[in-house]
Amino acid sequence: MRVIHDIHGGIHPPERKALSQPGTLQSLALPPLLVLPLRQHLGVPARPVVAVGDAVLGGQMLAEANGVMSVPIHAPTSGTVRAIESRPIAHASGLEDICIELETDRQDQWVVLEGMPDWRDREPTMLAEQIRSAGIAGMGGAGFPTAVKLTPGPQRPIELLLINGTECEPYITADDTLMQCYADQLIEGAMILAHILGADSTLIGIEDNKPEAIACVQAAVAKANASIEIASFPTKYPSGGEKQVIEILTGVQVPSGGIPADIGIVCLNPGTAVAAREAIVEGKPLTHRIVTLTGEALSQPCNTLACLGTPIAHLLQEAGWASEVRQRVIHGGPMMGFAVSNLDAPVTKITNCVLAPTQSELPLPAEPKPCIRCGHCAEACPASLLPQQLYWYARAKDQEQLTTHRLFDCIECGACAYVCPSHIPLVQYYRAAKGQIRDSEQERKRSDNSRERFEARERRLAEEVAAREAKRAARKAAAQQQAISGGVDPVQAAIERAKAKKAQQGSSE
Amino acid sequence: MSLLRVTSPHASGLGKVSAVMRDVLLATVPGVLVMTWFFGPGTLINLVLGAAVALALEYGVMALRGRDPRVAISDLSVLVTSTLLCIALPPYAPWWLIVIGVVTAVLLGKQVFGGLGYNPFNPAMVGYVVLLISFPIQMSSWALPRGLETVPGLSEGLQRVFSPGSIDALTGATPLDLLRQNTGLLFEDLMTSRPELSGWAGLGWFEVNLAFLLGGLWLLYRRVFTWHAPIAMLAALGLCALMGYDGGSSQSGGSALFHLFSGASMFAAFFIITDPVSSAVSNRGRLIFGALIGLLVYLIRTLGNYPDAVAFAVLILNFCAPFIDHYTQPTVYGTRKPTP
Repeated sequence: MRVIHDIHGGIHPPERKALSQPGTLQSLALPPLLVLPLRQHLGVPARPVVAVGDAVLGGQMLAEANGVMSVPIHAPTSGTVRAIESRPIAHASGLEDICIELETDRQDQWVVLEGMPDWRDREPTMLAEQIRSAGIAGMGGAGFPTAVKLTPGPQRPIELLLINGTECEPYITADDTLMQCYADQLIEGAMILAHILGADSTLIGIEDNKPEAIACVQAAVAKANASIEIASFPTKYPSGGEKQVIEILTGVQVPSGGIPADIGIVCLNPGTAVAAREAIVEGKPLTHRIVTLTGEALSQPCNTLACLGTPIAHLLQEAGWASEVRQRVIHGGPMMGFAVSNLDAPVTKITNCVLAPTQSELPLPAEPKPCIRCGHCAEACPASLLPQQLYWYARAKDQEQLTTHRLFDCIECGACAYVCPSHIPLVQYYRAAKGQIRDSEQERKRSDNSRERFEARERRLAEEVAAREAKRAARKAAAQQQAISGGVDPVQAAIERAKAKKAQQGSSE
Repeated sequence: MSLLRVTSPHASGLGKVSAVMRDVLLATVPGVLVMTWFFGPGTLINLVLGAAVALALEYGVMALRGRDPRVAISDLSVLVTSTLLCIALPPYAPWWLIVIGVVTAVLLGKQVFGGLGYNPFNPAMVGYVVLLISFPIQMSSWALPRGLETVPGLSEGLQRVFSPGSIDALTGATPLDLLRQNTGLLFEDLMTSRPELSGWAGLGWFEVNLAFLLGGLWLLYRRVFTWHAPIAMLAALGLCALMGYDGGSSQSGGSALFHLFSGASMFAAFFIITDPVSSAVSNRGRLIFGALIGLLVYLIRTLGNYPDAVAFAVLILNFCAPFIDHYTQPTVYGTRKPTP
């Protein structure tokens, strides 16, 4: 039995998970138009390889990976490319980004897929490359290109593959549903990932508020006769943070500024494992994902297997959305999700939940009051920071103290703001402060750069002057030397020569 | 249709500043009731008068500062300040003493620094110390407890407050005073020599402290504050008293029980040093903060010139709080030194 460790802090917000009926998948109508952003992952956007007007098949690559920190985009179904242009996307900034628009033809014709059921005999590097070309990026929320995680390099040997099925955010049941509906695929996917990583052991961690998922995964492990351990642990937010789940299950902390691979662990989302299995065994690229549609503004909250690129508005309509005044639509969960500014924004590889709450369900933030330093935030902080001090320093723009108090170890989970009796939007202050520190670091780098260039130029000019001086001095010294040693003064000799020349000219006239 | 754009987290807990303050006010009720039983309505008169002055001041100052005064009043913080100060003032103190104390606490202790959340010192203790230094006679005339003196009724109490000098009221020294003035008696003998010192920590005082301990434990249960500062203060005070007891000679500082349950010990531990604004912020810091207050309280009580020491000890440690904070930052996730 694995020892379960506790993490510092954490909170117990109302879970509200039953609302979306985890464990069943509703099939919703296909939208007429899919909008596929070129950047659905962390890193460099993909490069389009189709042109406007092209007819494409399901599974066909629409945009290719652009470098290591990039993954390709594939067509979720057959249709015609209508446009490649800037469109609203689901991003906290509310900005637009380049998207490929695919008009679906409802035929759903697919390219011929070729899988590798014999993956056990294949080279890990080749399998990792296959996972990249299937367009897989972390499906837990960050969208980190999975192939990069799977190739940590020889200096970081991986001992443990950790499948993070915690799903600690309230409301979201996408991973819960996936673990119940795709348990067998999850186990095979985990085995493939462990094979690629060369990991000694595999562990699936699930919070104890998902007993059905635990049972399904346990049955699947028994059926596959796999040597995979399943650990459940007490429900607490934010246990599902990568750093937190690692500490809960191993008792080891990821060093500040480091990655889990530094301590021999790779942590992946169950959705990523299922996608990896589809990519390897069936040769199917990542084109769909499970999305939780929930909130009391929906009459039929549910989980659905949505095409990537489905506009959020379409999903909300399908789930029976009754919009209210000043409606808030949240991409992700109520703790870390962001409010969507345009409902035309599509589902991407990181969209695990679309939450449409009523105002009585998630009331507007109350007017902030002064901080009374009660310390509830410090008790709730999973990173053991002092949020109340960070708040003071953020307001004072004291970057030195912010760094000393380790602002950059904040994971922005929002536990501090949740418990704050003064309703101070603490996370907002930290985000802004992080941005300012990054900006001033860039500024410093730029000015350092200019200063170095200026100093180099000054140095070069000084060296040139010095070289000229040295040359002149050397010539002078040589002349003097000659005068002393040869008895002939070069100046005198020159005067003699000039006189002789003049005399010669005079005589010839 | 316009969508609402706000940043995460979108969910928030049920905590409110006014609820915290309300809990603190409620927790003083047992202590105030016991004080009223033993000393009469004097404390209640203090509280009502003090609250009226405090609310008027807060309202006026916030209006002058261009803030919404109703918002400031509704957080109840000014009532907590006046309540804590008025509990600490002697029952039947002249009305002007209360007024000066509350004005000092609210204006000098709190508003000049920017109001709630910005005060480096505990406002109630600022008010208390100013009174103690300025009016030592009025501040050290404590009413005699029930059992030694008939407790005055409300009208007599009001008369004593509003026309001081019109009534010859009996006041006396507190048990802590008696202990400090003692030169010749063994501690055991001293405790039996005077009727004020009957019981474990003086007549009435033991019960008053017990009541504040109860209120404090309720606040702990309600998670209004953590245990660190109060427990550290009581432990330090008890430990010092144990070490200074020397078998109870005439030079002894008094027993641990006496120190823990006399004077303002429990009231200070759970209501004064737990003021979050002016105390250390981390739990480790609060341990040090509380322990040093306990040490100072003992030292000032046994070696100093004042009858009780809590106010001075708290203000001195308020000075030290930023310094303590600097050296007691918690170990952040991922910065723990690897175990070899």
